[in-house]
Amino acid sequence: MKVFLPAALRIVLLVLLVAFIVYPGWFEPLFKPLTENNAPAIYNQGSLLSLTLQHLGTVAVATIAAIVVAISLAILVTRPFGAEFLPLSRSLVNIGQTFPPVAVLALAVPAVGFGEKPTLIALFLYGLLPIFENALTGLTTLPANVVEAARGAGMTNRQKLLRVELPLSLPVILAGIRLSVVISLATATIGSTVAAKTLGEVIIAGLISNNLAFVVQGGLIVAGLAVFIYDGLMALERVAARRMGQTVS
Amino acid sequence: MAIRFDKLGVVIAAIAAYAAFLAPFATFRANRIVPGEGRLILDALPAVSGPLLLALVVVAIVVALLKTPLAWRLVVSVVLLVALALAIGMAGGFLTPPGNTFARVSPASGFWLLIFAFTLLLADVLTRLELSPFVRLAVLLIAAVAVGMLLASGAWDSLSILKEYANRADTFWAEARKHVTLALGSLLAAVVVGLPLGILCHRVEALRAGVLNVLNIIQTIPSIALFGMLIGPLGWVALHVPGASAIGIRGIGTAPAFVALFLYSLLPVVANTVVGLAGVPKAANEAARGMGMTDWQRLSGVEFPLAFPVILTGIRIVLVQNIGLATIAALIGGGGFGVFVFQGVGQTAMDLVLLGAVPTVALAFAAGIVLDAIIELTATARRKEAVA
Repeated sequence: MKVFLPAALRIVLLVLLVAFIVYPGWFEPLFKPLTENNAPAIYNQGSLLSLTLQHLGTVAVATIAAIVVAISLAILVTRPFGAEFLPLSRSLVNIGQTFPPVAVLALAVPAVGFGEKPTLIALFLYGLLPIFENALTGLTTLPANVVEAARGAGMTNRQKLLRVELPLSLPVILAGIRLSVVISLATATIGSTVAAKTLGEVIIAGLISNNLAFVVQGGLIVAGLAVFIYDGLMALERVAARRMGQTVS
Repeated sequence: MAIRFDKLGVVIAAIAAYAAFLAPFATFRANRIVPGEGRLILDALPAVSGPLLLALVVVAIVVALLKTPLAWRLVVSVVLLVALALAIGMAGGFLTPPGNTFARVSPASGFWLLIFAFTLLLADVLTRLELSPFVRLAVLLIAAVAVGMLLASGAWDSLSILKEYANRADTFWAEARKHVTLALGSLLAAVVVGLPLGILCHRVEALRAGVLNVLNIIQTIPSIALFGMLIGPLGWVALHVPGASAIGIRGIGTAPAFVALFLYSLLPVVANTVVGLAGVPKAANEAARGMGMTDWQRLSGVEFPLAFPVILTGIRIVLVQNIGLATIAALIGGGGFGVFVFQGVGQTAMDLVLLGAVPTVALAFAAGIVLDAIIELTATARRKEAVA
């Protein structure tokens, strides 16, 4: 996935997105044509800013948990101690990705009840897979001569992991995190069907009251956030790759 | 001789021991929406079968824990999965008071954890056996037939999820048809449009970045919003384009769901077509040109067959993703298994949620296995041709 926008256009769009989230009232004339029967053009059942922050917060918590668990697991199964788990963990990742997010969300409700919790669980489990998969790819496809050189230089296993293996696989791991965040941003909206406070509330309010303006503004904010976060992480990846003397395609 | 433990076995044994002895095996509820009370294996099953199941679990734990031959582990995991499937049906019949039609018995955490533990064991054995694609398809078929026979035999009829099914048997199959039609139909449309578009993007470099960027941005729009946004345009088409409403195009319902799934499906199809065609070795193309092949012959005879496995991978992504996303269609009246999921969430009736979620997961899972096998078969066929 590549999103190339000239830098200037990008800044203008970012300013517009932030302005819309903070002062949605300014944009009312733009959304008015989408409403019928004098329905409100801007979401009026809560503040877009706090919903956006809650949305981002939920995604952040789930993603951070997923990063920690996924990378620890990937490190574990690529050490001699955990090598027995490697083939199984590969097939589990394959199987896990066939689980639809809605199903995970709905199935988490009986276990933990309505609200943020099922959303966090679904986002965590769903975000785990791309990161784990990429961390595994990164750690298992390191150039053999570099790893040998590290051993030859007298590094302990721990030093080898922290100073050679992890930094070298960082760009690939970051790519997995990027994928995971973009999926989570969109999936979090579905969380509102089980009463989580996310931007999905705006969209669902629009679907229920047949108000296209709500649906469009909820969708645009989420898509905008996804594009910018994607862009930012992509830049981070390029920096990480350049430090390692690699290039990101 | 020192006893050697299997590391995965330790994990499986811990889960299975907790699930069998401490966690509730089945939940009993006086009616479908009140909170339930858990029952352990010994309380949930009739006299002999409870201790028998526990004994089987203990044997399986020992086999999993020690370094045992793969064949033993295979037999043990299959036996346990079948025994659990039969036992949960028996628990349903045993716990439901005779003649009571309101009481609900559903599988509880202990049952699900035991299933998880022994599926893990089975998955590990199957992974280590490195089965060929045909054998994997056969295993899937056997599993599907076994579940079908259990359903047909009525062994599970006293379980809550099948009671929900019994109340909705006709709508269930209608929604199932809608779900499959949505997922497969949009995939078909995406292939018909996406393949030529991908070929065009491959040939005309100026188009490539633009088309892929637009498709990327579509992917970032959350599904419920995209479904909702299409209501307006399609409603307008239905009103103003003659004949459109006659073929079923409406603002709400199946049409916007179909179009949304189609739009989501385009990116993997187009992107994988471009990647697949770009990966065709230059030498193959040069040779084809040297033999005097026309552009069209080169595409259909050389480039396309070589790129086919990569394109199929894109189709696999789309199919699995569409089966999952089609559940969202229910929110805009598009039908599918999502109807049961969202009704169940609305009524806090979890059996109803399961009635929608279980077939969706099973369908996506089966689709993934079938397409993986096909991809492997085409890739190895290609390799054999290359060697010959």
